[in-house]
Amino acid sequence: MKKIEAIIRKAKFEDVKEALYDAGIEWFSYWDITGLGKSTEEQVIRGQVFQSNYIHRRMLSIVVRDINLEKTVNAILNSAWTGETGDGKVFIYDIEETFRIRTKESGPDALFNK
Amino acid sequence: MKKYILFIAAFLALTISNISAQTKTTGIPVIDSGDTAWMIVATAFVLLMSIPGLALFYGGLVRRKNVLNIFMQVFITVAVISVEWVILGYSNAFGSNSIEWLKPYIGGFDWAFLNNIRISDLSPYFISHSQLAADGSKIGTIPHIVFIMFQGMFAVITPALIIGAFAERINFKGFLVFTILWSIFIYNPVAHWVWSSDGWLLNLGVLDFAGGIVVHVNAGVAAIVTAIMLGKRRDYKGHAIPAHNITYVVMGAGLLWVGWFGFNAGSGLAADGLAANAMMVTHIGGAVAAITWVLMDWIIDKRPTVIGISTGAIAGLAAVTPAAGFVGVSGAIIIGIVVSVICFFMVAYAKPKFGYDDSLDAFGVHGIGGFIGSILTGVLASPFIQSAYSGAIYGNFHQLWIQLLAVSVTILYSGIGTYLMFKLTDKLVGVRVSDKHEAAGLDETQHGETAYTNFD
Repeated sequence: MKKIEAIIRKAKFEDVKEALYDAGIEWFSYWDITGLGKSTEEQVIRGQVFQSNYIHRRMLSIVVRDINLEKTVNAILNSAWTGETGDGKVFIYDIEETFRIRTKESGPDALFNK
Repeated sequence: MKKYILFIAAFLALTISNISAQTKTTGIPVIDSGDTAWMIVATAFVLLMSIPGLALFYGGLVRRKNVLNIFMQVFITVAVISVEWVILGYSNAFGSNSIEWLKPYIGGFDWAFLNNIRISDLSPYFISHSQLAADGSKIGTIPHIVFIMFQGMFAVITPALIIGAFAERINFKGFLVFTILWSIFIYNPVAHWVWSSDGWLLNLGVLDFAGGIVVHVNAGVAAIVTAIMLGKRRDYKGHAIPAHNITYVVMGAGLLWVGWFGFNAGSGLAADGLAANAMMVTHIGGAVAAITWVLMDWIIDKRPTVIGISTGAIAGLAAVTPAAGFVGVSGAIIIGIVVSVICFFMVAYAKPKFGYDDSLDAFGVHGIGGFIGSILTGVLASPFIQSAYSGAIYGNFHQLWIQLLAVSVTILYSGIGTYLMFKLTDKLVGVRVSDKHEAAGLDETQHGETAYTNFD
């Protein structure tokens, strides 16, 4: 089992979601994050123009069986791409164990995506 | 040049109608129920400007860790200054003084705790509606108590405006002590000079219909003095810190705009044509300034911003305040354009250049707005509105000098007075929060509460 953590543009979220659905991945969590990095945004407040370095992105956390790993990552890489600086990152972790609370099943069987 | 002035004068004359003062001559003085009903409503409108109007406007502009502190400061100002007003404020500001030489400068204590004021008394103050009292003197048509309440709301909102200057870094105890001292020693005397029948500036002929000098210049100068004395916020980097909730800012600006109808149209102390004119020019002044600001945003910085349109509206409303009872619609249009352009450049360029941290532009918007409006009242005041008053454009340059004198005196008095009061407050209880508390946010450290929690 692997956990995929992806940081993507908020504007690309719907595209990534559709791509994941198409790949059969229908179970994941996400949240909005703020970070620092290379890209900056011009901000104007009452006529004062300045560069804001707070970057707003969305993070997805997806746990999949090993066999689903490649297609999931590809779905994200292709759907979240624009080619401009700031498209995001994908990280992959090993998952030691998974439990489903309702049935107390464990291992890959406890995952939603078969 | 002369041709231009004549042309503008003709333009002003075309768009306005004559509103003349009326004095009823019937026997026993009576309360006019129409005037009184309107003034009670107007008083409630002015309260609406402070809470929640100003609280939302300022609260939205600060960071999320300080929003409750702003709400609390505005709320407690409403409560504390209202009490101060009935204890001694009203008497000091509008009362007479038994010491003869002090009369033009400060009222006495005859009306302290509203002593000697009965519910059947009529307001000794009036603008266009008056009647003859039993002793042959002129008096107003609304109960004295309504006038006291109405003026009390002005006494409340003036120190509340200063909050924008020292937001996000002032210690709550220091804020409270300063606000009380400032109201007693700065607001009450200045209100006495400009509005009380004994006031020396009033008797020189100064025009300040609803508080351009007493409220906006006065609070604006106090704002810049306190902002400089308190120093910059720890996170201030030479430009505005992003607002945490712009929807609050818009709601606040909207409520301020609504409340301003009570503020300005109520300042005629009657439900008549003068109030109608004040309402009209207030609305148009705010609207023109909002449009002007947003156009500058759009042209100079590429996009029309929501904070921009809200700020422009407030600047216009502040500027039209002293002029509301003296200019027509065309005057309001000129005031709206001029104030928006000047405030925009003050906030966008002058503030970063000088490097002072007026957190929410209390000086740049209210102070400068009131200043421009008070001066322009001396230029644009039209005899077609109140026949007794005219400005430089109608040949009465004397009015412009009086306006300049009154504004300068107020700037000096408020500037020096604020410096002394703030210094005294710092000695008594301290004014600045510790760096650690400032970083953690004033909601948590001053009040032990958090505005936005994740609890269900």
